[in-house]
Amino acid sequence: MIDLRGLDFSPLLISLRAVIIATIVTFFLGIAAACFVSGYRGKFKGLIDGVLTLPLVLPPTVVGFLLLLLFGKNGPLGKLLMAIGMTVIFSWPATVIAASVVAFPLMYRTVRSAFEQIDQNIINAARTLGVSEWKIFWKITIPLSWPGVAAGTVLAFARALGDFGATLMIGGNIPGKTLTIPAAIFFAAESGDMRKALVWVILIFVISLIVMTLMNYWTDYQSKMTATIGRR
Amino acid sequence: MLNAHFKKDLPTFDLEVDISLSNGILALVGPSGAGKTTILQCVAGLQTPSWGEINIHDKAVFSSDHGIDIPIRNRRIGYVFQDYALFPHMTVEKNVMYGKPKKGNIPNKALNVSNVLDMLKIGHLRNRYPNQISGGEKQRVALARALMTEPELLLLDEPLSALDQDTRSTLQQELLKLQTQWKIPFILVTHDVQEAEMLGDQIIKLDRGKQEEIKGIKKLHKAQ
Repeated sequence: MIDLRGLDFSPLLISLRAVIIATIVTFFLGIAAACFVSGYRGKFKGLIDGVLTLPLVLPPTVVGFLLLLLFGKNGPLGKLLMAIGMTVIFSWPATVIAASVVAFPLMYRTVRSAFEQIDQNIINAARTLGVSEWKIFWKITIPLSWPGVAAGTVLAFARALGDFGATLMIGGNIPGKTLTIPAAIFFAAESGDMRKALVWVILIFVISLIVMTLMNYWTDYQSKMTATIGRR
Repeated sequence: MLNAHFKKDLPTFDLEVDISLSNGILALVGPSGAGKTTILQCVAGLQTPSWGEINIHDKAVFSSDHGIDIPIRNRRIGYVFQDYALFPHMTVEKNVMYGKPKKGNIPNKALNVSNVLDMLKIGHLRNRYPNQISGGEKQRVALARALMTEPELLLLDEPLSALDQDTRSTLQQELLKLQTQWKIPFILVTHDVQEAEMLGDQIIKLDRGKQEEIKGIKKLHKAQ
């Protein structure tokens, strides 16, 4: 039996805070980016798509390093934030930013693929009915691509929860402040505290399994309620 | 009333259109790839002509000379797609109600969804989803949905091509009846010459974008 007495649970709270905020941020940013790129017909489409997907293919340490350049005290965003009295590097918002950036491409690509699978005639039919693009987006596009949106959200959540490299680069490993579960596992194992590392491994395993299972049931329920009832 | 005189450059040929329709049904007939659907899409605003003018009730919805290109949603044109394009996640009633103008926007007609559903004999299907109804029923729902927007022109893109012969004959008669009741011009695209002759007050034959033959036909059934 593993003894949990004396264990500092702050990595759990820090991870959950970062993951929940990052999932919400990537949900909206991913949908907005997918909407923009699927509708964009210009010659820069390939370049824009490449830039938005880059955090998926770059090593997390590289992503972290680029964030460090961007948000560091000499970086363009870092200077801007300093002017309003904010420092991101080695603070809890750094964990949110790192998790959001690495999770974003999964949300964006999954949603974009779902948008592009919608029959264009259905969208055109809605347009001929005199309704606004905004109403078409919320009442037609989102419900019809819902399985893709849900899958993207799950993938983004999982990626955000599992991030180690990028978070460590801009957040560091300050216990009670920026030390997330993956970092806590690494440092516990490195210092030979296998018991502590195992507790965190089991915890992250349980959280991931619960969230994935709940999300799957919810998506199935939503699909039954909407798409599968009416899908031809 | 529709007056359309425009040209559209397509990859393999140029589409040249000269249409004038005050009422009744104009049938566009021709082989696949002749440009029939492109004409409908240009009139509806789903595609932009390269040059020319499109006027509905003497109001320009497109004019290359004057830089006018009214958005699709403001053209007041009903469009029935070949594959119906019903919203699969909505019931028949919600599909039909989706584009209904808000009260006050169009004061001259007080359209009631029940009347339209009953007129098209689909009142009993109002709570069903598109995958729970037949092809003929889907076509009626698509018609009802287009009519609920109180269009000034109705475009029908091969609306009967996917239906069996019996359903097709029934719907042909219903289209004629509907046009008489609604009193707005219809443009019907078909590749079936017999269907065009049966339904069309005017017929335009298209081949590779050129209007080959134009007939004004007095229909037998209307004379009867």
